[in-house]
Amino acid sequence: MAELRTETMTVNMGPQHPSTHGVLRLILELDGETIQSARPTIGYLHTGIEKTAEQKKWQQVVPLVERMDYLAAQSNSLCYVLSVEKLLGLEMPQRVKDIRVLLAELQRLASHLVWIGTHAMEIGAVSMLFYAIRERELLMNINELVAGFRFFPSYFRVGGLREDLPRGFHEAVNAFLDRFPAKIDEFEGLLTKNDMFVRRTRDVGVISQEDAMAWGLVGPIARGSGSDYDVRKYFPYTGYETYDFKVPTATEGDVFARYRVRVAEMRESVKIARQAIQRITPTGAWACNDTRVVPPPKDKVYTEMEALIQHFLIYSQGFTVPVGEAYVPVEGPRGEHGVYIVSDGTNRPWRVKMRPPSFMAIQALPRIIEGGMIADVIAVIGSNDVVMGDCDR
Amino acid sequence: MDAPSIIDILTPLVAGAAYEAAPSVDFATIHVPAGHLLPTCQALRDTPSLRFNVLLEVTAVDYLPREPRFEVVYHLLSIPLRQRLRLKVRVGSLEVDGTVPTVQSVWPGAGWPEREVWDMFGIVFAGHEDLRRLLLPEDWEGHPARKDYPVQIRKATQTYEPLEVTEEEFKANLQRDRQRRQQ
Amino acid sequence: MSTHELAHGHEHGLDPELPLLTTTVERLVQWARRSAIWPAQFGLACCAIEMMAMAASRYDIARFGAEVFRGSPRQSDLMIVAGRLSRKMAPAMRRVYDQMPDPKWVISMGACASVGGVFDNYAIVQGVDQVVPVDVYVPGCPPRPESLIYGIVQLQHKIARSRA
Repeated sequence: MAELRTETMTVNMGPQHPSTHGVLRLILELDGETIQSARPTIGYLHTGIEKTAEQKKWQQVVPLVERMDYLAAQSNSLCYVLSVEKLLGLEMPQRVKDIRVLLAELQRLASHLVWIGTHAMEIGAVSMLFYAIRERELLMNINELVAGFRFFPSYFRVGGLREDLPRGFHEAVNAFLDRFPAKIDEFEGLLTKNDMFVRRTRDVGVISQEDAMAWGLVGPIARGSGSDYDVRKYFPYTGYETYDFKVPTATEGDVFARYRVRVAEMRESVKIARQAIQRITPTGAWACNDTRVVPPPKDKVYTEMEALIQHFLIYSQGFTVPVGEAYVPVEGPRGEHGVYIVSDGTNRPWRVKMRPPSFMAIQALPRIIEGGMIADVIAVIGSNDVVMGDCDR
Repeated sequence: MDAPSIIDILTPLVAGAAYEAAPSVDFATIHVPAGHLLPTCQALRDTPSLRFNVLLEVTAVDYLPREPRFEVVYHLLSIPLRQRLRLKVRVGSLEVDGTVPTVQSVWPGAGWPEREVWDMFGIVFAGHEDLRRLLLPEDWEGHPARKDYPVQIRKATQTYEPLEVTEEEFKANLQRDRQRRQQ
Repeated sequence: MSTHELAHGHEHGLDPELPLLTTTVERLVQWARRSAIWPAQFGLACCAIEMMAMAASRYDIARFGAEVFRGSPRQSDLMIVAGRLSRKMAPAMRRVYDQMPDPKWVISMGACASVGGVFDNYAIVQGVDQVVPVDVYVPGCPPRPESLIYGIVQLQHKIARSRA
């Protein structure tokens, strides 16, 4: 009788695949259903944002940077704007800080909604995608109210915000915040005690806290493994130190732990947003007073000479930033998000480098999935919440 | 902790290294000579008063008219002690100055960021286990993030990838499988 | 077909929406083809999220016939290129297009897919039509889901007035 000959099978997953959250290519070597080795290949969405940003003026880089991590657009622009303001030495009025906190938390909710929708859909609960996107449409309505654009509002600018809040903003945000906690309960009712979901996610894709630290993963992935590092608590920015919120953690380090961490983060975001909206007055200061950076109001431009000159200078050649470098990270939905800026004293950046949390998550992916089953790869990629725009830039 | 105090802790641990504190607006920045990078990183990670256990990113900046041309920048984070640090290593282009040692043995998470720096800038990391293109296609020529590389190039889009197996190899594989099935 | 017919295809003569027994077979086939266009999933970047929003309950695309987004290109007739196409991805995209069976159509969604968008640099193909033939271009960054639905409806008109 012939000997049974076994060998490993090489399977190529992606770059076009319904479940890889974008264009990620995984070359898997399988022994039956078990993964012997995994080699991720990225770069299919490389956009050269950093090189293009060197050709634009400082204020023009904001829309470019927003399109990097397209689910957390406003956290991208927030970290860029904070870094430039650090180099310029600008201090924002309290109302601007509160609005930034509110919009950053709403952005975190929007990103986590897409995460829970796609993650649950790939594991099998297909209807979760429709529920999550339905709630996200309300957040898109708020974005549209504020800036006219659903997705990439470009509302955060160097020096403050683009313009004052519109009428109806408070009603819209309060209506959303009153409605949303019940929806989180609905999502949890669908998934957290669901036997099928739990069996596909418990003890799957375990990463220990030391491994997470060594591989540079900070954010919900590390918080699912026991670390309590959150940039909002450790290195507070835009006034987060004045808000009262907890940082949820879990200790098991598996996919289910990361799911619980993110759902708890959604509840904390609602809490922060409620505190923020109560502090914000319907009208007031929307930018700092520095006239080099913030364009003057239009009625002054039409009547005063200095305002006209200032408007012309800002929009034709832009403002200049002193020589130096800065890196101010924020807590994005995927982890620590930062922009490293190098300025040479002119009106264009010399180097703009974004610190991408998804890049480190995909680098650590072989370590998490090797030895597991092929069906777990989908669950792990979903729980790592990778966005390829963030990874490839 | 600011740069001079970190330098005071490091200098007795790493023999012969000449550190320089650099001015910065956000957190401590230190220039490290390339030859002493690896012992410095090990000391930064293991010393109880420093404990930089997370490497956040590795990147490079091209200051073209200046010699040495590149600066490789490392962002470190110490979670137990709540502090950040930036290390900068000056290195010239390959023909002039040589290479930078890899820090993969200290923080495994440095593997891909260093590959990306090679891909974008052309800086070689000595001792890296897998230094090849990451973000660009494997057969790309040039290193785009350098200042003398143009932003837009006129190049025809490649729409077909060549097969990875030659025709002779393919026929030989078929023959081998046929023979195995007959045994 | 004359230009007059191309421009006003189904307006003069019999309206193919009316279920009359005297429609020609060609009009019937084109009606069947355009009423059930199944897109292949080819979401690359940010536009993919707007495509997902279009498929969700608020801007339901299923009422226009695009009931399911097929995972495999071999079972679909429409490829919506949603997002920026990088040079590394171009061969893979061409391969997916070649795998689709005839008749097939391509919608280039968004500014990056149509002309390269905001990214005029070495890494992005300046327009997907350098790699595949495009039928409808939908501008926007990203286009609202209603714009994309309008694009699909325009594609349906185009199918109505073309030969089977």
